[in-house]
Amino acid sequence: MNGARVEFRGLRRTFGTTVALDGLDLTVEPGELIALLGPSGCGKTTALRCVAGFESPDAGAVLVDGKDITRVPANRRDAGMVFQSYSLFPNLNARDNVTFGLRVRKVPTAKRHARAAELLELVGLPSQGERYPHQLSGGQQQRVALARALALEPQVLLLDEPLSALDAKVRVTLREEIRRLQLSLGITTIFVTHDQEEALSIADHVAVLKDGRLEQSGPPAEIYDRPATPFVAEFVGTMNHLPGRVTGDEVEVAGQRLPVHGQRPDSPDVDVLVRPETVLVTPDPEGEAVVVTSSFRGASVRLRLRLAGGTEILADLPGHDAARLAPGEHARVRLVERPVLVAPRTAAVADAVPAAG
Amino acid sequence: MAETLTTAPAGLPAEEPPKTGGSRHRAKGWTAALPLMLFVGLAFGIPAIALLGGAFTSDGSLSTANLTESLQGAYLTALLGSVKLSALVAVAGAVLGTFLAQAVVTSRFRALREAVLTASGVLANFGGVPLAFAWIATLGNSGVLTSRLNLGDHGWSLYSFWGLALVYLYFSVPLMVLVVVPALDGLRPQWREAAQNNGASAWQFWRYVGIPVLTPSLLGGVVLLFGGAFAAYATAAAMVGTVVPLVTLQIADALTGNVLIGHENVALALSFDMIVVAGLVMAVYLPLQRRSARWLR
Repeated sequence: MNGARVEFRGLRRTFGTTVALDGLDLTVEPGELIALLGPSGCGKTTALRCVAGFESPDAGAVLVDGKDITRVPANRRDAGMVFQSYSLFPNLNARDNVTFGLRVRKVPTAKRHARAAELLELVGLPSQGERYPHQLSGGQQQRVALARALALEPQVLLLDEPLSALDAKVRVTLREEIRRLQLSLGITTIFVTHDQEEALSIADHVAVLKDGRLEQSGPPAEIYDRPATPFVAEFVGTMNHLPGRVTGDEVEVAGQRLPVHGQRPDSPDVDVLVRPETVLVTPDPEGEAVVVTSSFRGASVRLRLRLAGGTEILADLPGHDAARLAPGEHARVRLVERPVLVAPRTAAVADAVPAAG
Repeated sequence: MAETLTTAPAGLPAEEPPKTGGSRHRAKGWTAALPLMLFVGLAFGIPAIALLGGAFTSDGSLSTANLTESLQGAYLTALLGSVKLSALVAVAGAVLGTFLAQAVVTSRFRALREAVLTASGVLANFGGVPLAFAWIATLGNSGVLTSRLNLGDHGWSLYSFWGLALVYLYFSVPLMVLVVVPALDGLRPQWREAAQNNGASAWQFWRYVGIPVLTPSLLGGVVLLFGGAFAAYATAAAMVGTVVPLVTLQIADALTGNVLIGHENVALALSFDMIVVAGLVMAVYLPLQRRSARWLR
């Protein structure tokens, strides 16, 4: 199984007045796992379905290894797909589900069964071939669906939020197995998800989509550390919005001057975007910041502090460092010296700290 | 008449009910079912016993004479006629109803769907003399369409086996629509897409997935239509009288002494024959149903 290069060229698709894809350009390199990440309605699933052939774009093209497949019917495309859930044929057992494509191609039964055994082994279900879908757990069903998608040795593997219906623990195990399989098979994989942690943890590249356009594409670390736009910064991980003032190449924020990275808004009054883990907190009875809340998250503790001006800020600290920082304690707050992103000032400062992680 | 109301046979996987343990639980379960069992005993059990008693009694003693008579001559012809008519209506109604339901389910017009389902709900319960009259006035010997289109000159007669089949389809097709729409709605779009993704054509999808998944519901529908047509009486009585031999008409004649008096017990024997036919249908249906729904368990 050798991976193919997949290219989206100016892909546009509208549903009535809704624009799902608005000129999407993106290239997936052979053997790479790319995560299409974005909020619901950003067009990520539509893009995937254009590769599978379930949607035909209004304009633009999908190329696989340089060949335009935009008008090829779905059942003649060389791409295996795993759907969100409930996609196994309910009347066929796991083995027959896996080898459905071989049956359609009139492969002899003995050969089909041998291949099914091989594939079920591959996805960790060697003894479940006789079971019907409703006798399998959600995680097992998705494993069977994965085996079915790989049965015809496709050039491209398409995963449409395959883990979103599973519980947290199974989700993590299965995503790691998907990655292990993908690496060993070297198959080009497009993984659609709205879960940023999922995207960052298994993808070679993450493509963040917004309103049907590509917002940023790059390796996970780059997306997280150097988000190209405030949207990406906001969507991937948690961000503090701190009021700041731009002067020249620098911005003044929380009593510090930090270099500005990326675009600057016209107005000098801006929101400075700062990750909670780049906020350094030291206990100090003389400090001007006060701990408001402290929530324990296992390895780390997330503090919400009120700064001198009334602005609130989130900070992530290792658990043991936070022991002396109970609510009501005073502390000193400093930001790590590194370039920061700035965005046009949002209305109320009090609302600016996002609650979600 | 076919005033059977529409409980769709289970077509899709359902959660298994939790198993109740212990005899006390079981006793409680039976208590709850008591009113129903009492009702069934009164409304079904007593008539059934009376029917059996009458069917096997001749000149005051136990005998199979009535049964023998009910399986001879005109009675046998009527019984076979009813089976033939019901089988035809069941199969044709199931096929037509399924296609109509599929058209409605795939249509994007919500209003059309609602309209067809409402109409089906009404028409599935339209029967008896009113239905017969509607058809007589439209396509009877001096019906509106018959005279307008001069159908009589072309050999058309509503009062025949095929005419009766047509009229029975009028309530059977809507009944099938009601039975099969939930099952068609249960066919998930992902299954079709997954099939396509595996290289299947539309026909292959239906052959390997769509039809097998629908089969339990379709079989249930066929049996329901068969039962509705087999038991129908008033429409046929109002329309064809004795022109088309049907077992329900023969029962009525024997009971009322229309042709010969003293044949009430033959009527009961004919009813017993009907029960046996229904039993035979179930004997074919149940194993088929079980086989087709293997994947549901």
